[in-house]
Amino acid sequence: MIQQAPHVGLFATCLVDLMRPTVGFAAAKLLEDAGCRVDVPMDQTCCGQPAYNSGDTGEARAIAKHVIAAFEGFDYVVAPSGSCAGTLRVHYPQLLKDDAAWAARAEALAQKTHELFSFLTDVLNWMGGEARYDATATYHDSCSGLRELGIKQQPRTLLAGVEGLELKESREAEACCGFGGLFCVKYPDISERIVDVKTADLEATGADTLLGGDLGCLMNIAGRLKRQGSAVKVRHAAEVLAGMTGEVPPLGEGKNDGAED
Amino acid sequence: MEATTRQFTGNARQALKNDNLRAALDKLSHGFPYKRLEAAARLPEFEALRDQSRDIKAHVLENLDFYLQQFESKVIEQGGQVHWAKDAAEARDIILAICQEAGAETVTKSKSMIGEEIAINGHLEANGVRPVETDLGEYIIQLRKEPPSHLIAPAIHLSMDQVADTFKDKHREFAADRPLDQPRELLEEARTMLRREFLAADVGLTGANLLIAETGSIALVTNEGNADLTLTLPNTHIAIASIEKAVPTLEDATTILRVLARSATGQELSVYTTFVSGPKRPDDMDGPENFHVVLLDNGRTQMLGSEFHDMLRCIRCGACLNSCPVYGAIGGHAYGWVYSGPMGSVLMPGILGLEQTGDLPNASTLCGTCESVCPMRIPLPAMLRRWREQQHARRLTSTKSRMMLKLWAMLARRPGLYRAVMGLGVGFMRALAGGRGSLKSLPFAGGWTAVRDLPAPEGKTFTALWKERRK
Ligand code: SF4
Repeated sequence: MIQQAPHVGLFATCLVDLMRPTVGFAAAKLLEDAGCRVDVPMDQTCCGQPAYNSGDTGEARAIAKHVIAAFEGFDYVVAPSGSCAGTLRVHYPQLLKDDAAWAARAEALAQKTHELFSFLTDVLNWMGGEARYDATATYHDSCSGLRELGIKQQPRTLLAGVEGLELKESREAEACCGFGGLFCVKYPDISERIVDVKTADLEATGADTLLGGDLGCLMNIAGRLKRQGSAVKVRHAAEVLAGMTGEVPPLGEGKNDGAED
Repeated sequence: MEATTRQFTGNARQALKNDNLRAALDKLSHGFPYKRLEAAARLPEFEALRDQSRDIKAHVLENLDFYLQQFESKVIEQGGQVHWAKDAAEARDIILAICQEAGAETVTKSKSMIGEEIAINGHLEANGVRPVETDLGEYIIQLRKEPPSHLIAPAIHLSMDQVADTFKDKHREFAADRPLDQPRELLEEARTMLRREFLAADVGLTGANLLIAETGSIALVTNEGNADLTLTLPNTHIAIASIEKAVPTLEDATTILRVLARSATGQELSVYTTFVSGPKRPDDMDGPENFHVVLLDNGRTQMLGSEFHDMLRCIRCGACLNSCPVYGAIGGHAYGWVYSGPMGSVLMPGILGLEQTGDLPNASTLCGTCESVCPMRIPLPAMLRRWREQQHARRLTSTKSRMMLKLWAMLARRPGLYRAVMGLGVGFMRALAGGRGSLKSLPFAGGWTAVRDLPAPEGKTFTALWKERRK
């Protein structure tokens, strides 16, 4: 019997779409290397978390239905983010549980939705391809991925196979970075104090690079590190695993850095 | 206590400027959470005990009327009295009446969050009865006229130096140049002061960690033994507890006690665990002649069966505060009323009303750490979201934020338009960045760029590039 390559709908997430397309391409490459057929439905926008976390369940439901309709035809839905994958997997079924027409569809989508690294390892049993990245890195466990989806070991397993990369654990790897979606703009000064715990902790490891699996947290930490004048580099782990670090500088760095405003 | 929950943002800003507080909170978040983890690791059945504890309280809440009545009749059988208070004012009056009947001048108090909730101290003082806190932390903040800033460590916001200064200021009878820079010295001085109060007190007022229905007992846990002196020395003991503290049996109580201290401080058990069943019996060596239990509702029955039902499982261990990044940044006082941290942000809107407490459910990153450490497995983040939903539904959020949200949601459901707008946005940010990797400021994104740079977008959007490259 010939096994069909699983057909994966890549949910890039709104932040990757807007800010860092390389993460999307890296995710697609990893999925293809692992034997999947990947498509990116052009109907995708955002998972709806800003509405959901702001208490606007009406809009959150409408967006959830939109995402379900766009992705339910795939064998799997994969997102390079524990937070967005968690929204589809954990929260859509709760949001739509009393909607007779949608409850089952939300449940079905939830069942086949995965965060990228956990999909590669837990579902596909793929242990990584060939990649090289010379760095001493520490890994930030994003909250939703860690606590809603149990993502901890998966990215570390994959990163262990990257040549030249040494991973150092930080004491507060599991601590929230203070991003929290709209939280970080609503309460910037509280968020600042929280992210400072994070940056101090990662500086203490002596690592030169921070890796993670959620662009929101990474942008927050990278932005704070830049503001502090730190030299620590920040990247989404997918870029490293896909060997695509040559295609884009670390988050927050650019060719004209240091030029006057 | 006057609630300042409405001024949360300003409170938080002040708290963030307080270096003493920062040092204290750093110590807290590097202490208790790790101790909790170690204690949990030493007890293989810890996770199972959490499940059992959750189930016990869930069962009680389904049958609360039954267990409270059973508790009441047992207390009466043993010669005690039970008083029902529907709100804080009723509870205050009941307690004052008992004190007046006892002719009380001095009331010793062991730590009670319900005592804080009903603001009993102010009421007693206003009526000529002098309350004296006997828990060391509570004693300190009573001297300083401050509210507690943590469920189990009420003076956690203070440094030792501050405590020493307070003692020097308030305890004028000791030599002004006495050494007070060792914990031991502070403790000795407080003990000297408190011994007299214990002996002079006419009434002892305690809380209750658990109300045990089958025996009509209350359970009290402390690390200082002050509750035992508070309740055995005076002639009258009043225990005040909110109604959700009931558990069916002694066995159930011990199950919960096994997770309580471990979750709170990482101790196997608190240093003192005391069960009190009624007043002094004829052949008892000591104990009060009169035993009263005041059962407080104050909004609890409203929460029963509501979306916030599960919150009533809370045993006030403080684990969710200890691990909360927001609490760790701003401490307890910023929350503006008796409770704080994740549990406070869920509970206080229920007690004070959402109009008074709008910021609290929003001031959370929803990181989920609280739920992961809560011994009673209370889904705190989900309940914070429930409050946000109510806030939105009742139009308690700002018009501006509602409009922004609507606009964004409208876009999110129209992919064509969304892509066009996002493409423009990316182009705009790129132009501003001018080849630099990040932006120092950006119109409409002041909340972001106030404290951090904004990494500039790479170029085009992913969807646009994918279309170019792959189709
Ligand atoms: S909510 Fe849970 S963790 Fe927080 S104080 Fe209550 S029982 Fe403890």
